[in-house]
Amino acid sequence: MENLSVLMTCPMSTYLEQELEKRFKLFKLWHYSSTDQFAKVNANSIRAVVGDTKIGADAKLIDTLPKLEIVASYSVGLDKIDLTKCEQKGIRVTNTPDVLTDDVADIAIGLILAVLRRLCVSDGFVRSGSWKNGDFGLTSKFSGKSVGIVGLGRIGSAIAKRAEAFGCPISYYSRTEKPNTNYKYHSNIIDLATTCEILVIACALTVETHRIVNGGVIDALGPKGILINIGRGLLINETELVAALIEGRLGGAGLDVFEKEPVVPDELFGLDNVVLLPHVGTDTEETSNAMADLVIQNLEAYSLSKPLLTPVV
Amino acid sequence: MADQAGSETNHLPLILVHRLPSFDLALTNILQTHFRILDPLHSSQPLDSFLTSHAQSVRALIVYALSPLTADTIRLLPSLEVVVGTSAGVDHIDISECRNRGITVTNAGDAFAEDVADCAVALLIDVLRRVSAGDRYVRSGLWRLRGEYTLGSKLGGKRVGIVGLGRIGSQVAQRLMAFGCIIAYNSRKKKSSVQYPYYAKVCDLATNSDILMVCCSLTSETHHLINKEVMKALGKEGVIVNVGRGGLVDEQELIQLLTREEIGGAGLDVFEEEPDVPGELFALDNVVLSPHKAVLTPESIEAVFQLSLANLKCFFSNEPLRSVVQQE
Repeated sequence: MENLSVLMTCPMSTYLEQELEKRFKLFKLWHYSSTDQFAKVNANSIRAVVGDTKIGADAKLIDTLPKLEIVASYSVGLDKIDLTKCEQKGIRVTNTPDVLTDDVADIAIGLILAVLRRLCVSDGFVRSGSWKNGDFGLTSKFSGKSVGIVGLGRIGSAIAKRAEAFGCPISYYSRTEKPNTNYKYHSNIIDLATTCEILVIACALTVETHRIVNGGVIDALGPKGILINIGRGLLINETELVAALIEGRLGGAGLDVFEKEPVVPDELFGLDNVVLLPHVGTDTEETSNAMADLVIQNLEAYSLSKPLLTPVV
Repeated sequence: MADQAGSETNHLPLILVHRLPSFDLALTNILQTHFRILDPLHSSQPLDSFLTSHAQSVRALIVYALSPLTADTIRLLPSLEVVVGTSAGVDHIDISECRNRGITVTNAGDAFAEDVADCAVALLIDVLRRVSAGDRYVRSGLWRLRGEYTLGSKLGGKRVGIVGLGRIGSQVAQRLMAFGCIIAYNSRKKKSSVQYPYYAKVCDLATNSDILMVCCSLTSETHHLINKEVMKALGKEGVIVNVGRGGLVDEQELIQLLTREEIGGAGLDVFEEEPDVPGELFALDNVVLSPHKAVLTPESIEAVFQLSLANLKCFFSNEPLRSVVQQE
């Protein structure tokens, strides 16, 4: 095995760093003051980049590394990678599908339950001693509520399967109708938002889906509707979302992703009907390691000229 | 509005409402269109003398929420034939006194099962994936300051032991199957129609589980069912979710194990001395605390009201009652 020179873009997994170091020549971008600073010395040696949801491989980075042959992303989402440029230059791209599907779907349901049953608020109620002064009050039932899913891919389907176990009728909006499902298809997102009580955003972020959840969709979901986002922050117009929540035009929201992580709009902190998570959809020991293993396996396969396990390009 | 016994205009059947002052549910409004309501709290007489003067012919009594119904009170009601409970659990009712007197007891039946199961799953996901802790992390500004939060634990593939596979336990099992959990259970008796592996002893269930979901009723046999031995058998990574009654778990022992990091975490909707919750729990990020609200949704409340009304109507029409508690 040639010793592949790999550039990791930011800290993402200590386990992944260790495993990469055992097998390859690993460079850590965050040990340098800037990409340009790194490039001055090492630009010509890098043949592989390992990126994640924070820093991927954009046009600038790709142009800085003339010997780049493969981008192995520690994520399933590809929005931080300039795929067009990779295709043009013949650069391979891999991601980490399937191994993280369950965890992300679990978080989606966890967010729905936390919002509807006000789990975080009532936990705070107990911890503050307020329970001694009176009961908490009623919360909203989840079982049986209609769930609308935007993007019925691997993650969307896994969410649907879980919601079905709660007796929830499922409907969805996707680029195309999927064969072999019993779920109701809507050909546009407004119709979906109008008819469901809980809207879950589970699609990939692309040029077409950028801010797909806008003011119109939020209004269609309405003052009793709940919006859940486990995709990417930029799938939702965050300004419109915050306004709708503050004004009571939207019933509640569970968000694992934001437009400019780790920045979360301050206005959300005062709201009881939102649950905010620090992008933890795949953050379990088991899944982080499985994702890291897949990155390693793809890079090993590449260096041995074997077929990539999970290629995108 | 109480209509004390003796009104000539009112020929509706008489029922006695048994409640603590804090429980004044909208249920009375529903009931009074069908029954004459006798409510001791609308009189200034002490309970004993009120019942002796006014309730000697009472055949049906309804218990609001968890108001305790003691043997002493039951003994003041010589004509009592049915006690309609409005909760899933009946540990606040002196069941053996009822049994001795041949008094039928009904409970909330299926009215709450979905909501309690939802709450149990919610607590489990919250503990494993640190939902409430993560929300606190974001709101405190620590995400911007410190970056990535602690890793959680995957739900899929975990072995879940259901303690009490009744109405609630089976709804919990059905939900967790969809998450890829492996289900086993302990119950008083093995259920022949059920496919999940059965363990006659809770300790054996715990040894073979990563998670215990406590969904059974509290009786003299099940007090502190989840004790030190069971919790140790569950192991250092083990998680306990309790939506039954606080008395099912040895709370002090649980706290010891949590503070010594000898158990993975806990999601609790019930406690031994509600609303007092031991302060040691407040500092822990691997516990989620809920103020006994698993049943408190408008749908569940409406369902139990309708069920209670139905039970009372059935009683007075000599029809079979729904949701009779089987007494052993």
